[in-house]
Amino acid sequence: MSATIQRKEPANIVPPEIDYDALLEPVQFHFALDRREFVQVLGAGLVVSVIVGPALAQRRRGGGGFRGGPPATLAARIHLGEDGAVTVLSGKVECGQGARTQIAMAAAEELRVPLERIHVVLADTGTTPDDGMTAGSRTTPSTIPSVRQAAAAVRKLLVDFAAERLRVPADSLDVRNGQVIRPGQPMPRILLGYELLVNDPAVREKLAAQTPADAELTPDADWQVLGKPQPAFAARDKVTGAHKCPSDINRPGMLYGAILRPPTYRGKLVSVDPAPVRAMPGVVVVQDGGFVGIAAPTSFAARQAIDALAKTAQWTTAPLPPSETLFEHLREHAEGLRESPLAAEVAAATKSLRQTYHVSYVQHAPLEPRVALAEWTDGKLTVWTGTQGPFRVKGELQSAFRLANDAVRVIVPDFGSGYGGKHTGECAVEAARLAKAAGKPVMLRWTREEEFTWAYFRPAGVIEMEASLDAENRITTWRHINIGSGGNSIETPYRVGRKDQRHIRSRPPLREGSYRALASTANSFARESFMDELAALAGVNPLEFRLAHLDEPRLRPVLEAAAEKFGWRERVANKRPNRGVGLACSWDKGSVVACCVEVEVVPNANNIRVLEVCEAFECGKIMNPDNLRSQIEGAIVMGLGPALSEEIRFDAERITNPNFRQYRVPRFRDTPRIETVLVDRPDLTSVGAGETPIIVIAPAIANAVFNASGQRIRQMPITLG
Amino acid sequence: MEQTLTLTVNGRPHTVTTNPERPLLDVLREDLGLTGAKYGCGDRQCGACTVLLSGRPIFSCSTRVATAVGREIETIEGLADGDTLHPVQEAFVAEGVSQCGYCTPGMIMTAVSLLRRDPQPTEAKIRSEMQRNICRCGVYPRILRAVQRAAQAANGGQP
Repeated sequence: MSATIQRKEPANIVPPEIDYDALLEPVQFHFALDRREFVQVLGAGLVVSVIVGPALAQRRRGGGGFRGGPPATLAARIHLGEDGAVTVLSGKVECGQGARTQIAMAAAEELRVPLERIHVVLADTGTTPDDGMTAGSRTTPSTIPSVRQAAAAVRKLLVDFAAERLRVPADSLDVRNGQVIRPGQPMPRILLGYELLVNDPAVREKLAAQTPADAELTPDADWQVLGKPQPAFAARDKVTGAHKCPSDINRPGMLYGAILRPPTYRGKLVSVDPAPVRAMPGVVVVQDGGFVGIAAPTSFAARQAIDALAKTAQWTTAPLPPSETLFEHLREHAEGLRESPLAAEVAAATKSLRQTYHVSYVQHAPLEPRVALAEWTDGKLTVWTGTQGPFRVKGELQSAFRLANDAVRVIVPDFGSGYGGKHTGECAVEAARLAKAAGKPVMLRWTREEEFTWAYFRPAGVIEMEASLDAENRITTWRHINIGSGGNSIETPYRVGRKDQRHIRSRPPLREGSYRALASTANSFARESFMDELAALAGVNPLEFRLAHLDEPRLRPVLEAAAEKFGWRERVANKRPNRGVGLACSWDKGSVVACCVEVEVVPNANNIRVLEVCEAFECGKIMNPDNLRSQIEGAIVMGLGPALSEEIRFDAERITNPNFRQYRVPRFRDTPRIETVLVDRPDLTSVGAGETPIIVIAPAIANAVFNASGQRIRQMPITLG
Repeated sequence: MEQTLTLTVNGRPHTVTTNPERPLLDVLREDLGLTGAKYGCGDRQCGACTVLLSGRPIFSCSTRVATAVGREIETIEGLADGDTLHPVQEAFVAEGVSQCGYCTPGMIMTAVSLLRRDPQPTEAKIRSEMQRNICRCGVYPRILRAVQRAAQAANGGQP
């Protein structure tokens, strides 16, 4: 067939692999797990039925960890049905980012089967391979190639099978619409489709072996499905209410759970009196060390029981450093902050500048809070839950309940979004503990307040920037120190002299974890705000100053594309009162992004309104243009929140704004005009797009606010006053 | 303290025996198996739980089930006519609106109510009526287009 295209890896901008969970603080459960109760549950005799997917005998290799591993066999990735149905299996999850559709597209492309004939089973530890966490924008660069390779191998099996039957050379055959054809020849008299492979012993043997690497992938130029806009799977179910999120799953006899939470962030239980609640009809109280929870016939009854328990509970607590002192706290506890190694050069430079930027805590606030439905049958546990790490949650359950590998199954129905906020399994463990005691399936859904308090937060940070310029306004030294929020995207894309760029850990007062693009937003906010300040120091337009320092062959054209589409130069030349324009560009996870914004600042009202955002994005060869556009639009809108209004506040005792009244997320009236520019680079490998489009919105706004008002705001959220 | 109540949901009567203080959302989801309306905040702030009560969008998470007795309750499940989607549902599919889809039923119910009262709303009116619903995936621009598309379809394709 056709020659394989040699694809350039965007090596120069692929950052070192950062473990998204390096900052994540796990919740440890230490259950006593009363033996008697365990036996009672064993005796309950519940039956688990398989909700999705064909039951495949499939052995998974190792733990997989953050990145997962290749499936053990070809059959572990692709299942062929006797009716010709094709099922693709992946441990990735679908939470709105489009993995399900993209995986189906990859399989349809390589199998040459219509997209609608592909079934996709995701994230079921009992049937799917471990493709690692759905995080770090890894689905496109790791899982999609794996799916394509397997699908191409299955297509080759079919072609080889047909060649033998028809006694023709394999290279005279191809597959179209799931059937073998002979290009340039009449159709074979007998229909040869994938269903014929199912019962062939030689084929079965090959399906049971590792995926061979020799099957040729379809060259981009021949793509029929990939690279073209495809409608999202389940789009219709999502508008009819038929779509089942984890919180919509129902099991016979199911109870609803609720957990007794401390009234303060660092509260520890001293005592609680379950007697008044035990009298409530149908209510099961579970106390196991510091864990206290309820299972009841309705969620309302569970909540009432928790409120009654809370009245009897005694707690200790310890103080938090309040959010007003957060940045001093982080700086004070920075581990290994050292003097600048560039100090002498800075002192000798023509001009220099040093500024500090602050980034507050924010929360993902996925619209579906953490939820898990746990069911025990004969000592085995099945949990349906919304998580980005099904295999990780399985491990958490195994360790909490001391269960063998085959005694836990985690199933992740497509859920109500994650944004990096659902890497962990605390809700699954809690639901399982309740179900174990109740002897019935238990659905536990966190309240919004619980989600805002007991989930983890995007790390706050203090970022110090320092640079010096020579007489020609070239950047001669560059220092970027991130205290607390992380090292993603800390590497500057600009041509600078000597550099000192480091992430330094601190002692965070709140539980921290991943978030869409994690620290790339904080580092891009600081770097891109600072670049504007340096441009002002140099007396040069922000765009020209950047371009003068930007050789990076992918970022530069993307910045130019955004500026061009936005009409940057004309708008700068025709500045209107109370209006301002700003731009920013950055890179992360092998993709590059630039955005221009226009804001309006209402004098005296201290009100910032974003009127327009124009963002250009490039992630290599585009796989699904419409979903890509949707991801960029969504990232822009979501990014407005931490840029302008979102901030977790806390006093010495507790989170003080754990609700959508006080923690303001973007709404309809905040949504600006949005323009997206998709820069396609067919010569580059496709990388993920769910995260990077969010990282430049905040600095572009800060720069526009400066342009509009003359005020330089060095803190996220950006507020005037 | 349980009472037997009759609720009219999507034109059909349903009898439930329940604590009348429970939120309508819980009864729809836990007793009637209508899981289209979602819990998002329990606080009248996000609109994921939106259903129509006597034609108006309400936060069913914060509405006592007893107050819905004797009034028409409409949920996302009752919107399509068999296999034929409601024009607003049709427009949401056509505009490729949903990402995670968790806010979608609430968004659609709010939009349906708006278009019944004002079949040709201005963009400002759509934004202000839809302000009660949160989408964390940020698909507001597409929802806006979908509502405009549905309005246009109702107007024989004229903008």
